[in-house]
Amino acid sequence: MLTDNELKKLEVTANLIRQDIIEMLLEAGSGHSGGPLGMADIFTALYFHILNHDPVKPDWNERDRLILSHGHICPVRYATMARSGYFPVSELKTLRKLGSRLQGHPHRGSLPGLETTSGPLGSGLSQATGLALAGRIDKAKWRVICLMSDGEQDEGNTWEGVMLAGKNKLHNLTALLDRNNIQIDGFTEDIMPLNDLKAKYEAFNWHVIEIDGHNIQEIIAAFDEAKAIFEKPTLILAHTIPGKGVSFMENKFEWHGKPPNKEEAKLALAELKH
Amino acid sequence: MINPKVYLNPKLFDPDIEQVPSRNGYGEGLVLAGEENEAVVALCADLTESTRMEAFAKKFPERFVEVGVAEQNLVTVAAGMALGGKIPFTSSYATFSPGRNWEQIRTTICYNNVPVKVIGSHAGISVGPDGATHQALEDLAIMRSLPNMIVISPADTIEARKATIAIARLSQPCYMRLSREKVPVVTTNQTPFEIGKAEVFYEGSDVAVIATGEMVRRALLAAKEMESHNISVRVINCHTIKPLDKDVILKAAEECGAIVTVEEHQVTGGLGGAVAELITQHLPVPMKIIGIEDRFGESGAPDELLIKFGLTKEAISQAITHVLRMKNK
Repeated sequence: MLTDNELKKLEVTANLIRQDIIEMLLEAGSGHSGGPLGMADIFTALYFHILNHDPVKPDWNERDRLILSHGHICPVRYATMARSGYFPVSELKTLRKLGSRLQGHPHRGSLPGLETTSGPLGSGLSQATGLALAGRIDKAKWRVICLMSDGEQDEGNTWEGVMLAGKNKLHNLTALLDRNNIQIDGFTEDIMPLNDLKAKYEAFNWHVIEIDGHNIQEIIAAFDEAKAIFEKPTLILAHTIPGKGVSFMENKFEWHGKPPNKEEAKLALAELKH
Repeated sequence: MINPKVYLNPKLFDPDIEQVPSRNGYGEGLVLAGEENEAVVALCADLTESTRMEAFAKKFPERFVEVGVAEQNLVTVAAGMALGGKIPFTSSYATFSPGRNWEQIRTTICYNNVPVKVIGSHAGISVGPDGATHQALEDLAIMRSLPNMIVISPADTIEARKATIAIARLSQPCYMRLSREKVPVVTTNQTPFEIGKAEVFYEGSDVAVIATGEMVRRALLAAKEMESHNISVRVINCHTIKPLDKDVILKAAEECGAIVTVEEHQVTGGLGGAVAELITQHLPVPMKIIGIEDRFGESGAPDELLIKFGLTKEAISQAITHVLRMKNK
């Protein structure tokens, strides 16, 4: 458990990251708002507490491997990486611009610290599974963490990865599913009902933990629990609010794939700074 | 005449020449590559025996991953293993991999630029009775268009073995196509093999025939036959479709002044396309592309299909006469 002071510090950081996201998206003029804001608490917990990593040595071999499967939420990853010391915060303003290391969807070859390239949905979990298999062969101590969206549970490739990880009892793999119930065209249960995700993953031999994805104590406790499960990979089913922290964006699928304009950004920042 | 420096099989023109599927050489090469480097791992999508991964799986069970009938998973799991420092070989039939999982290969292997080796068995019309669904005729085109990808099409089982060992040593993504059917063994252990280097198998100066895969021997038979008509044909074995050996091909265009390409693949985007892209921009000469003419295959015996679809010694001889006429106009 974090002390009250430690918790407060992480919450302040998450808020700062949300402000970065708004500023980056305004500057870029395109990109996704809902998902990045909704995942800010999880990214903060990962980079500032859970992950074994070194921002000064991004390719340190003992680091935990964080695969971001739904690459379109990369503004939150970039902002969190900058805030934790991978690169200057000022570079965030280059997002999506010509020559930038911060590509519109993350590219491994462009920015040190990204484990893979992503954007096309549904292939992150399989790569994480491959990494976990490689780690097991080498008896490595590092762990693999894969973040994915609920929308990409529509992809067959995702379930191919689910089956293989379950079959191989990859306990060095923890996946976190951002259950925010929206995708581009609408609410997930209208577009393609996902039904009982917990039961589905359990049926494929996964250990499942359900949490509030904005409660940093719960996020940390879930990753700790995953480390203690030795027979199965773990899925953290994290319920989040898309657009979290900006009231007019919260729970609106219309904010999945667009950036704020100048006026909206001003309102959003005022609310976050309040 | 046969180029003595490439040490081809002395029984090259005998009707009873030894015949072996090129997938066999791959299976042997994979075990050798695995012995040479313990980072080599293998993944298969429920076709372990027929893609010839069995020997590797038996010898290195801890380095073999069975993913089930899931070709998208096959290559994305391999990409992940490569991110973890491994050199993964993936096997399936070419219509499924790289046929079904092209975007995953594009993003997670080529754009990531990791050393995954995509091996597509059952390439070409000679797959035979299984029919068009299992006859890969587009694989070279879809793999050749991807940045960072190396594309190999070996002439026989010995070359497939050498190519397997060679691509295991490369830190780049590679695609290699293999035959299901028995293919005449054209080369020997002494035949030079280097990725990116085409070899002149038959020396000649009137027309150059650039062939790949099973078509190499048919091109050699055509060259020998044309000799009796006083036409001197150069035959080039082009086992690396990408990067193409520009020097050898432009030299052939310059010295022979006419080119025929032959492949068991659509005429769109394969070896012929690659050669045309090169020579039209640097040294245009009359050219004819022999391949499958924008259609699907069908069931039949391999030899029957090769005749029906015009991939024969006779078709090559006709094409040689055709480009020679164009050249002399």
